[in-house]
Amino acid sequence: MKVIVPVKRVVDSNIKPLVKSDGSGIEINGVKMSMNPFDETAVEEAVQLKEKNIVTEIIVISIGEIKCQDILRTAMAMGADRGILVTTDQAVESLSVAKILKHFVEKEKPDFVLMGKQASDDDMNATGQILAAKLGWAQGTFISKLELSEGKAKVTREIDDGQEILELTLPAVLTTDLRLNEPRYASLPNIMKARKKPLETVALTDLGIDLKNSLEIVSIKEFSSSRESIIVDSVDALLDKLKNEAKVI
Amino acid sequence: MTVLVLLSYEKGNYIRPITRSAITAATKLGDVHVLLAGKDLGDLAQKASALSGVKKVLIADHEAYAHMLAEPTADLIESLADSYDTIIVPANAEGKDILPRVAGLLDIQPVSDIVEIIDTNTFVRPIYAGSILATVKTHDNKKLLSVRGTAFAPTAEEGGSAEIEKLTHFSGSEKTLSKFCELKISQSDRPELESARVVISGGRGMQSSDNFVLIEKVADQLNAAIGASRAAVDAGFINNDCQVGQTGKIVAPELYIAVGISGAIQHLAGIKESKVIVAINKDPDAPIFKASNYGIVGDLFEILPQLEEKLGALK
Ligand SMILES: Cc1cc2nc3c(=O)[nH]c(=O)nc-3n(C[C@H](O)[C@H](O)[C@H](O)COP(=O)(O)OP(=O)(O)OC[C@H]3O[C@@H](n4cnc5c(N)ncnc54)[C@H](O)[C@@H]3O)c2cc1C
Ligand SMILES: Nc1ncnc2c1ncn2[C@@H]1O[C@H](COP(=O)(O)O)[C@@H](O)[C@H]1O
Repeated sequence: MKVIVPVKRVVDSNIKPLVKSDGSGIEINGVKMSMNPFDETAVEEAVQLKEKNIVTEIIVISIGEIKCQDILRTAMAMGADRGILVTTDQAVESLSVAKILKHFVEKEKPDFVLMGKQASDDDMNATGQILAAKLGWAQGTFISKLELSEGKAKVTREIDDGQEILELTLPAVLTTDLRLNEPRYASLPNIMKARKKPLETVALTDLGIDLKNSLEIVSIKEFSSSRESIIVDSVDALLDKLKNEAKVI
Repeated sequence: MTVLVLLSYEKGNYIRPITRSAITAATKLGDVHVLLAGKDLGDLAQKASALSGVKKVLIADHEAYAHMLAEPTADLIESLADSYDTIIVPANAEGKDILPRVAGLLDIQPVSDIVEIIDTNTFVRPIYAGSILATVKTHDNKKLLSVRGTAFAPTAEEGGSAEIEKLTHFSGSEKTLSKFCELKISQSDRPELESARVVISGGRGMQSSDNFVLIEKVADQLNAAIGASRAAVDAGFINNDCQVGQTGKIVAPELYIAVGISGAIQHLAGIKESKVIVAINKDPDAPIFKASNYGIVGDLFEILPQLEEKLGALK
């Protein structure tokens, strides 16, 4: 089976994002950037399926500035076979990303697309479902377990009050919950090898896809906690506060 | 303006509180119609019609929607979309599965997880695990929104008397792209995490699943729901559906108690709207303290039993 795994380059999740001084966006100058953790999970799953000889080819795709090469190389060092970079300096929202991905799905004809359930920067949680709708494919979202067989994918989904198991007809779009697996670190030899794997770069403007952004960011601000952080020295003192000051017990 | 809200309910049982929050948000945008899709709906139609603020209940009673699978449900919503300026779902796993698929069908960029309505086109939503709040304006003429339950007070369960209309055209009902196999519900006698008045959560500091008994005993005293950090869930101390945070549940109780949880931004993302936050942690520098109203620095294995005993004595 052939799989496409879209990967997004985002501010590393261990870093607290800061708003630029002019309020125009998030400061990314000099900030550590990484592969979206949910996409790492998707790459890992694809690589494990390849190791089990269920998947034969893994194509990773990223849309963004030229530096997205880094994460495509990381994905290839983890085990993906080749990469496609669609370059653009503009921010692309979920609907546009889905349209771009659809273009490559139609070209490459994978058996399934495996992607993060959400990007850890915009937290939109939408691209996979939009793509599935546009392709008319089945969707399996927020999956924590995947079993593939001839023409079918059995998925366990993390839902509101437990888990749901579905059987999807392939081709399908699958989106990952973090507990699907524990992504590996690429070894040094594999990082070296990944440098030689094919990476195709194409400008978004050359794809001839009609895109518009419909979501305008009016303003952004940092969330600030206004809590007092009072440290008490005993359980009695805590209960006193909760009962008489906060009045919550 | 008319707004369609997709009802999220527990099968044969009750309408989830998060749906009532979504209705509150919808009333700020126009007349509210709700869509009740499913099979064997019992008295849910009556319950929906009684919800305060609802003008009309649309019922799609068909086998195809029995498990609210995204493919047929999205088709159903698409078939109704012409009559609505705005379509809203609760931002739970179900709503997040379905709404973007509707968006794909209608070629609209959805707006996920709104926490505030500025005007009919402008909304506030958290990004970067809630450390940033973005005000966004949509230029689509139809709006597709998912609503954070914790950000809007649930509408009253009584007081409404909406008209009920049974749909006869079941769009997407022939779709068989995915098949439901099994539901594994985690049974619990405790209040639901997302609507409990008190929540007590344990983190990696709990060390083992057995030690969660200490949390349970305190929860019993407070009639609290039990939550957990991702580290605790990943370590297998407790079920996945107890996870609170960016990728878990968003809670906003009157009182949230974090035990042995360091306070990573992804965890804080799920508890920010809580009225009062208490932290119990042995590390005085743990970030959770800065995000709390009250904290105790100390060993949870000493503090939890004391808390249980003293809460018992308070009664
Ligand atoms: C994309 C992404 C999404 C994520 N989503 C979530 C999410 O939804 N929810 C979530 O919770 N996390 C999430 N995480 C993980 C998050 O970053 C943290 O790793 C996690 O919250 C840590 O859990 P913890 O606080 O229990 O563990 P730790 O960070 O290990 O903290 C354990 C704490 O216990 C204290 N402790 C230890 N022993 C004792 C004792 N005897 N008495 C008192 N205190 C003690 C320690 O001082 C420490 O502060 C996500 C991460 C990523 C990258
Ligand atoms: N710029 C991008 N390049 C590649 N993949 C992306 C991009 N943006 C989003 N995705 C994919 O879509 C998923 C969901 O993103 P979102 O809907 O924005 O939360 C991510 O986990 C990625 O797999």
